[in-house]
Amino acid sequence: MRLYELTAHELKEKIERREVGVEQAVRALLDRIAEVDEAVRAYVTVAREQALAKARAADERLARGEPARPLEGVPVAIKDNMCTRGVETTCSSKILKGFVPPYDATVVELLERAGAIIVGKTNMDEFAMGSSTENSGFFPTRNPWDLGRVPGGSSGGSAAAVASDEAVAALGSDTGGSVRQPAALCGVVGLKPTYGLVSRYGLVAFASSLDQIGPITKDVRDGALVLGVIAGHDPRDSTSVPRKRCDYLKGLVPDVRGMRIGVPKEYFGEGMAPGVRAAVGAALKTLQDMGAILADVSLPHSEYALATYYIVAPAEASSNLARYDGVRYGYRAPGCPDSVTMMTQTRSEGFGAEVKRRIMLGTYTLSAGYYEAYYLKALKVRTLITRDFDRAFEKCDCLVSPTSPTVAFRFGEKMDDPLAMYLSDIYTVTANLAGIPAVSIPCGFGEDGMPVGLQILGKHYDEATVLRVAYAFEQATDFHKAKPVLRDAGAGGAAMGGAAARGAAASGDGSGEAGGGPTRKAAGGEADA
Amino acid sequence: MPERAKVSTAWAAEAAGGPGPAQDGGAGAVACASEFEPVIGLEVHVELSTKSKLFCGCQAAFNAPPNSHTCPVCLGLPGVLPVLNRKAVEFGIKTALALNCEVASFSKFDRKNYFYPDLPKNYQISQYDLPLGTNGYVDVSVDGGMRRVRIKRVHLEEDAGKSVHESGTITGSSFSLEDYNRTGVPLLEIVSEPDLRSPEEAYAYLSMLRSILRYLDVSDCKMEEGSLRCDANISVKPKGSSALGTPIELKNLNSFRAVEKALAYEFRRQAEILARGERVTRETRHWDESRQVTVLMRRKEEADDYRYFPEPDLVPLEIDEAWVAEVRSTLPELPGVRHERFIREYGLPAYDAAILTESKDLADYFEAAVAAYGGDAKAVSNWVMGELARLMNATGTDIRDVRVAPTALAAMLKMIDDGTISGKIAKTVFEEMFATGKEPRQVVAEKGLVQIADEGELARIVDEVIAENRDVADEVRAGKDRAITFLVGQVMKKTRGRANPQAVNRLLRERLSSG
Ligand SMILES: [Zn+2]
Repeated sequence: MRLYELTAHELKEKIERREVGVEQAVRALLDRIAEVDEAVRAYVTVAREQALAKARAADERLARGEPARPLEGVPVAIKDNMCTRGVETTCSSKILKGFVPPYDATVVELLERAGAIIVGKTNMDEFAMGSSTENSGFFPTRNPWDLGRVPGGSSGGSAAAVASDEAVAALGSDTGGSVRQPAALCGVVGLKPTYGLVSRYGLVAFASSLDQIGPITKDVRDGALVLGVIAGHDPRDSTSVPRKRCDYLKGLVPDVRGMRIGVPKEYFGEGMAPGVRAAVGAALKTLQDMGAILADVSLPHSEYALATYYIVAPAEASSNLARYDGVRYGYRAPGCPDSVTMMTQTRSEGFGAEVKRRIMLGTYTLSAGYYEAYYLKALKVRTLITRDFDRAFEKCDCLVSPTSPTVAFRFGEKMDDPLAMYLSDIYTVTANLAGIPAVSIPCGFGEDGMPVGLQILGKHYDEATVLRVAYAFEQATDFHKAKPVLRDAGAGGAAMGGAAARGAAASGDGSGEAGGGPTRKAAGGEADA
Repeated sequence: MPERAKVSTAWAAEAAGGPGPAQDGGAGAVACASEFEPVIGLEVHVELSTKSKLFCGCQAAFNAPPNSHTCPVCLGLPGVLPVLNRKAVEFGIKTALALNCEVASFSKFDRKNYFYPDLPKNYQISQYDLPLGTNGYVDVSVDGGMRRVRIKRVHLEEDAGKSVHESGTITGSSFSLEDYNRTGVPLLEIVSEPDLRSPEEAYAYLSMLRSILRYLDVSDCKMEEGSLRCDANISVKPKGSSALGTPIELKNLNSFRAVEKALAYEFRRQAEILARGERVTRETRHWDESRQVTVLMRRKEEADDYRYFPEPDLVPLEIDEAWVAEVRSTLPELPGVRHERFIREYGLPAYDAAILTESKDLADYFEAAVAAYGGDAKAVSNWVMGELARLMNATGTDIRDVRVAPTALAAMLKMIDDGTISGKIAKTVFEEMFATGKEPRQVVAEKGLVQIADEGELARIVDEVIAENRDVADEVRAGKDRAITFLVGQVMKKTRGRANPQAVNRLLRERLSSG
């Protein structure tokens, strides 16, 4: 097994036992990026030299006999909306091209303090607005399972990097599903923690009351490991909650016997692809077979969730994105006669269409005369949605649902229809509105053999239960061990081999073009080797 | 765009061309002004004198090199978050209590959205519907009476930066520079109800407000440094009418005098419009200090839309009763109360009490001197308001920097009482004390200023003076009584003021009447 294929906990152990050097691991990973990223395009910046320098420093530390830290030597990718001191941070937007932050986000500090090596910044939908990474101001990222399809979004770069072994783990940010949906579409694990658990300091704000940073990893154990590093109170973020640190690894018990798992009927209605329905249905059956008790529950205000989200998020975004005006940093439109023209032109030229759409939407709903009807009403519905969850959790330990109604779609399929794109988040936005934790784990394959994600939602600050159920499911299955095969990645777009359906769940509906389907390695022996 | 954009000079041209209200309007203006009365409300912004800014750790300093007190947070860099300065909240609570406001137990911050280059986030963190304090009042003495001015609200917000235009004005410059040192400095906005009925009352209210804020030690309230700023709203209505006129907002009021003058000008301007049977249009006007007129900045057809919404990066501000009680316990005696006490306790005239209590430091100085002296408080008041005030003004010295300790002033007054020095000599002694900080005894000893107590010695000098001025002495003997003053003066001159004038007078008379 190659070094870059290891999970974070596996790699850290090898480094701790001095079987592998940090520089060696980082080089292997950087070589992997060089090999496949031309095809996947997960990264906007690869911080090669910084990563190697830090790797050498880590090796020296270990050579001095200092103990290995929790993520010692683990190459990690950071979504490009988290500030990295000295490394360009653009949010995949032209308006921030050239912006090099003078400070690190808290999560970046915490990761580095835990021994992780930041290898680069990953592509995203501009300012995290989108569900396909097609809204990147630079280029779209491709789904490693099928380069003709999107990786999901907005943390598409991070999810694709982990899925293609271009990062051992990654951070994404989740405002309405931006960690979980791409994780589902790329067949990896994506966790959105409780709002307030992870500091947002240094995360470029999209919608402040919804944004939360979360890990994207190869398995649940890695998710718990990274969460343990980045969670905790930060005095620089007033919305981060002072709580005792928690060892999420300890709670990873592969046992769900007697646990009550709620199945919200509103999340299994129309609009779900048959392949997704089948895979998630099979996953529920697996949990039941493992001894969990499935219970039908209802979250009656779910039908208003998407509308609520698309009022709250753009409203906050319209204000958060006001600072990009060309006065202090980033892009400035050239040759303007006065400051008003300069600010206007900078924003007209610097922002992409989706960002402008949401700024206009938010500006409108906050305007005098509309505020009460839209924003204030949305806040009230948000409370009702939270109450729905509170009620459901009175009788359930957690809830399960599909993460996304479809598998990864093809490029351009939804770009001309924003509303269809917005529907990608229909099962994920509620967790952000309610502020609760939720994880997406691989649970099978749907249309065209593309990965399907199972979402597990928990009570506020009950990441432990969410991770435990996810871990138990993962231990009982091996969907997470399946990997896409990227061949001839350097040779233009012709990267993919033929389809090789593995009947873990429903097979594809055959609508995929010949040769367009994914190839994956068998999940058996090689991963265990 | 916000109001700072452009200044139209339409009204100014009109005013400069004709006999505008800037000039003494003559009989017509006087007549029309007497039929109307102004309704005035003030919106005051004070910079709180906290060590650090409202949402970051940067020092809140005045006059530092541009952008030397900035950090990612106050520069609004991508990804930063505000953290509320508790001290600023405490200052806010303190002020709200001193202005008799109800302090909100649940308050929050909101974003006020507008684009301007000196505002790094292009929104200002302010308070909209749940301000720190509401429904207060200040009692202001006006024209022999008391006017209760209601305080509508007191809220916290962050200051903006400062645009520096290449050639001084925005229109004539090819570039502008931004200084963000002031960005994020805590501001307290204090909004009065329209309870003021004359420019003089507005002035008195502002003075009282400044006095209170300085007593609380929450702001230095220097209008010239911008740590106190004032906008005014003024409408004019027929006297006795309850219908309100169209309010005009006045900006660029850079001194207390400017507030008073701009309001007086604006009152006359609006009264004239109404007297002609025309209507005042709603607008924002700018006080032109050099021409002493208000000029149109922009018309206000509709209210500004700042798209306020709750600041999601801050948690709501909960102020429990214990905190309020704790802050209340630190409130000093405020100027109004102290003024009353000075009259009652020290028997001072209202005039003295008002001047002495205007500044807490001056009042403290006075009280310390009275306590050390033990004698007539009015004598202390005379010295503080007389010589001390004169020397402070002449040298531009603040009461806090005065080198004469209150105990030293008291000691000097005792020396006058026991005849060690004369009242006249005391002025010389005090000047020296003021300049050097020396004790009065030391000054008197060093300069040999002790009053001549030995009658024999004094009599010898009197005789000398009579001998040197025989003709004048003869005039006195001949009954020209006024001539004696000259001789007293000569004795004082010879003794360099160390003689007791009454004693000299008596000795001269004894000699010249018996001669
Ligand atoms: Zn600062």
